[in-house]
Amino acid sequence: MKYARLIWVNLIRNKRRTILTVLSVAVALFLFTTLRSVVTALNAVSEVGSESRLVVSSAMGITFPLPQSYYERLRAQEGVESVTWANWFGGVYVDPSNFFAQFAIDAETYLPMYPEVVVPEDQRAAFLAERTGALVGSGLMERFGWSLGQSVTLQGTIIPGDWEFTIRAVYDPNPASYGDQLFFFHYDHLYEGSNQQMSPGWYALQLADPNSAPEVINRIDAIYENSTAPTKTETERAFQTGFVTMWGNIGFLVQAIGTAVFFAILLVSANTMMMAGRERISENAVLKTLGFPDGLLFVFVLIEAVTITLLGGALGVFGAKAMFGPGNPMTMFIPGFEVHTSTVTLGLTIAIVLGLVSGFVPAFQAMRLSVVQSLRRVA
Amino acid sequence: MALVEISNLRKVYHRDSQEIPVFDAVDLELDSGGFLALMGPSGSGKTTLLNILAGLDSPTSGSVMVDGQEITGMKPKQLAAWRARHVGFIFQFYNLLPVLTAFQNVELPLLLTKLSKKDRRDHVMTAMGVVGLTDRADHFPRQLSGGQEQRVGIARAIVSDPTMILADEPTGDLDAKSADEILTLLQRLNEEFGKTIMMVTHDAHAAERAHATTHLDKGVLHR
Repeated sequence: MKYARLIWVNLIRNKRRTILTVLSVAVALFLFTTLRSVVTALNAVSEVGSESRLVVSSAMGITFPLPQSYYERLRAQEGVESVTWANWFGGVYVDPSNFFAQFAIDAETYLPMYPEVVVPEDQRAAFLAERTGALVGSGLMERFGWSLGQSVTLQGTIIPGDWEFTIRAVYDPNPASYGDQLFFFHYDHLYEGSNQQMSPGWYALQLADPNSAPEVINRIDAIYENSTAPTKTETERAFQTGFVTMWGNIGFLVQAIGTAVFFAILLVSANTMMMAGRERISENAVLKTLGFPDGLLFVFVLIEAVTITLLGGALGVFGAKAMFGPGNPMTMFIPGFEVHTSTVTLGLTIAIVLGLVSGFVPAFQAMRLSVVQSLRRVA
Repeated sequence: MALVEISNLRKVYHRDSQEIPVFDAVDLELDSGGFLALMGPSGSGKTTLLNILAGLDSPTSGSVMVDGQEITGMKPKQLAAWRARHVGFIFQFYNLLPVLTAFQNVELPLLLTKLSKKDRRDHVMTAMGVVGLTDRADHFPRQLSGGQEQRVGIARAIVSDPTMILADEPTGDLDAKSADEILTLLQRLNEEFGKTIMMVTHDAHAAERAHATTHLDKGVLHR
């Protein structure tokens, strides 16, 4: 502690430079923390998909529906416990910018298969009893200020027209990464509204034993291989991962950006420390003359470097944590998106490593400094 | 008994393959409580000799004993600890840290000791009192005159009560009046407080304040 003042006065001797370096590190670590949290959230989204559920969709893509007749045959497959189906609706609420996902589901079979959708019993009954009823995520309710019993009109894009629903139930997701921004309604309503032109977009199958998945997948795809609507069957987790990777290899992208940011900021902070070291050559020589050991000067410079990067890191990381806490607006687009403690810890660790690496060379130079040559240079 | 015994000291600098001798076979003794002025033209090796005696530079060969302790074979870490305990160094250009107050500059050597904050404060104020600057303790170097800065430098050199004080042209950057004050102060430290002093100087008037003067010229000491 008795050396703290010595380190502190060196830190603030060039306030503008120190503040700019701290802010550079803060911006870099804010960016890193945010991007890292995006990856974490997307990974969590893909992991929401169960390994014990299969998704059967058209081999031509999920925008191509499958015949209704597949239902009975899929249900009869050995190892399949239950079957449900769903459709993507793609409606617009007031304005296209109010995007949220809407699914037409066969509620009687869908809800028992998805315990992630937690609905109070009375509301579940009310939803099941009303053909135009809707089951809405709590986050979506909050986002638009909706209430139970309220009517909501969606403008159809795949099947044009005004589609009116009454909110009869609200669900909370468990886990949170399942997302609280979904809008469910009855498939029957869609079927009738489309003049009975609609058929299931995909089927979801509950397996009795997750280990049987490869065998069941092969069997189902083999059955429909030569039909007019061949299928692509995969585990729900693989299906979700496929959805996420439709955005591109986000993990790689984020890692590449993170690495570039790390090295850019490493150069900035290393340059700051080198400049600070050069300015203090004679002062370090004086300290050595007074008897300060080489190792102590090495530690002084390292502490100074780590203080700068840790200060910047804390600003950036906790800034991101404050901005993207639980229930932040970004969860509308990426369910479960928030800065977790593990990301905070990683960010702060990176800040410390940044300080140690950027401070090492000037610290080593201070340690190896020749007093005689340094003082001669001053004279 | 001599406090400092330098015997058969040789220093050679190397530039590429060329050997540049600074001095050869130098013998010198300084008694405890002595005040020696070391004179000589520029490049004669005065400062090099002082630096070797302070443990800041190493000789090519020879021996340097201080208070019965051979310092030439010490490792850098040992030398640093030895310097902190035995050497008070006064620089020509004061070399105060500009970001610290006079008090904090004088306190620096005491940070290496186990003294409490209160004891450090007492020691610093005593040293500041000896050089007559207690009222300037909170001033930064830029707020002091050259003479005052050098007095702070002297306070820093004596605050840890070292075995000897080594002064490298302590009046070289001062006007005549300030130089005289500094020399009077060094004389007082020697006579009143019994400090052993070795002072490198160009100035014959400054050297007159010492008990003895030695000339170093072309690598040879002349008494």
